[in-house]
Amino acid sequence: MEPIVVNNNFKSEEYFINMGPQHPATHGVLRLLLTIDGEIIKKVEPDLGYIHRSIEKMCERDSYQQIVHLTDRMDYLSSNINNEAVCLAIENALQLEVPERVKVIRTIIGELTRIASHTLWWGVMGMDVGAFTTFFYGFRDREMINDIFEETCGARLTMNYNMPGGLMFDIHPNFIKRTKEFVAHFKTKLPEYDALLTNNIIFQHRTKGVGILTKEDAISFGASGPVGRASGYSCDVRVHHPYSALDKVKFKEAMRTTGDTFARYEVRIEEMWESLSIIEQLIDNIPEGDYKVATNAVIKLPKGEFYQRVETARGELGVYIISTGTKNAHRVKFRSPGFSNLSLLNHISVGSKIGDLVAIMATLDLVIPDIDR
Amino acid sequence: MAWLNNSILEDMGYFSDIYQGIKSLLTGMSITGKYFLNFRKGSITQQYPENRETLKMFERFRGEVIMPHDENNEHRCTGCQACEIACPNGTIEIIWDRQLDEESGKKKKMIDKHIYRLGMCTMCGLCIEACPTDAIKWGQNFENSVYDRKYLDRILNKPGSKLMKGVEDKE
Ligand code: SF4
Ligand code: SF4
Repeated sequence: MEPIVVNNNFKSEEYFINMGPQHPATHGVLRLLLTIDGEIIKKVEPDLGYIHRSIEKMCERDSYQQIVHLTDRMDYLSSNINNEAVCLAIENALQLEVPERVKVIRTIIGELTRIASHTLWWGVMGMDVGAFTTFFYGFRDREMINDIFEETCGARLTMNYNMPGGLMFDIHPNFIKRTKEFVAHFKTKLPEYDALLTNNIIFQHRTKGVGILTKEDAISFGASGPVGRASGYSCDVRVHHPYSALDKVKFKEAMRTTGDTFARYEVRIEEMWESLSIIEQLIDNIPEGDYKVATNAVIKLPKGEFYQRVETARGELGVYIISTGTKNAHRVKFRSPGFSNLSLLNHISVGSKIGDLVAIMATLDLVIPDIDR
Repeated sequence: MAWLNNSILEDMGYFSDIYQGIKSLLTGMSITGKYFLNFRKGSITQQYPENRETLKMFERFRGEVIMPHDENNEHRCTGCQACEIACPNGTIEIIWDRQLDEESGKKKKMIDKHIYRLGMCTMCGLCIEACPTDAIKWGQNFENSVYDRKYLDRILNKPGSKLMKGVEDKE
């Protein structure tokens, strides 16, 4: 008898496909070159540069006061924390001690920024995996924070509220009242987040065991923020190198060990609880005092190299300033969390499906202007 | 028999998944349903532009840079150019002149045009921070769309306006 030859008409071939730069799941102008075999991902190559504005170069041209507002435009969802990082770097270089009031206000506003960023992320994360309701609920709660910012800073997204030496103006009289209202409101809404999305079995199937990042890889890829902490890598700058008023508060570093998409999700939800507790500890104890100390109209940093790291909503932001003693920086380098977190995308998504890639990208929480700068 | 057991177990997982799926679906719908039934109470959307009359921005809202003039068409801008220097992107341009000051009889620096290009402004607030005489401040207008970008270039000092008396030129 002749052997039966199975004619496989369904033989698959590898092919390239572009995801982005206009894909809704890339949350901005990120282009991913996917090599896929059917639905299985073989390789992911990010292609950057679509929103490069040469911010680092512009920092060499601008005065130190002007640098601050450029950082609004990097990770625009953590703009206040970015501003704080530059201001801290400049203040450290000048050995300028800012009043306690400034430190506390900076920390409260930083944590509010973190919650605002995470609520937006939560809404968009749900939408990426097919739950549209979360998008509106996340934006609803973020709106309250935006109102707080608009009342105190004048802007909703690119605040430029910090400046070397303190704050641009004092907090609005309504700030404390509104923040307390928000904390009370959000405490009733976070359990809803869990009921809507976290405990949803379809969502758990989409995220559990997907995109696993081990602790060793997290460290070697330079992962930071919730991405690193979900793999059991304790990397919270607020804990290890506290800045502003963070040494006065008690909070738990949100950690998971599984390192999958669901762990990264859980870390961010827990971080919102921790941020609420930080705000609660500080909001009643804002010390009296000045909201800024006077600096020279033309700031000249002493000769040398200065580095300041802060924890933005996405991870560790480093500001590195080289000064030659003039009124402009010789070189400014930003270590952005998004860039390092993007670098591990290929590593954790090979072998999974395209739908999984969307879920993985959602929990990496990439902000593209932060990557490109 | 082993294969049978396995497949039955898998089937059980399959059915329990369906059960769990429906359960979590109902949990979610109970929350959204609650909002649906109380739609009047928690409504957060606004009917813009219908609510234009009542819509008021916060007092610190950064809409555009304006230069307030008083009833005598006088402003507080001395033409010191501090705002021009503070601006990170060349949005502000001061064109000034030296004119004869009637009181002192000396030639004094006077502003001719305070040009503000809204299209380039990043709303950073550094100019207002820098102004020594509080001549410029934030306006609350946010409806800035125009048909041509040349309309975004504005001259902030009104035609024929003068420097308010008593505002010192700190130059
Ligand atoms: S707000 Fe900033 S960008 Fe706009 S005119 Fe003033 S200094 Fe320039
Ligand atoms: S007075 Fe104020 S608005 Fe006029 S040029 Fe000086 S800084 Fe600018």
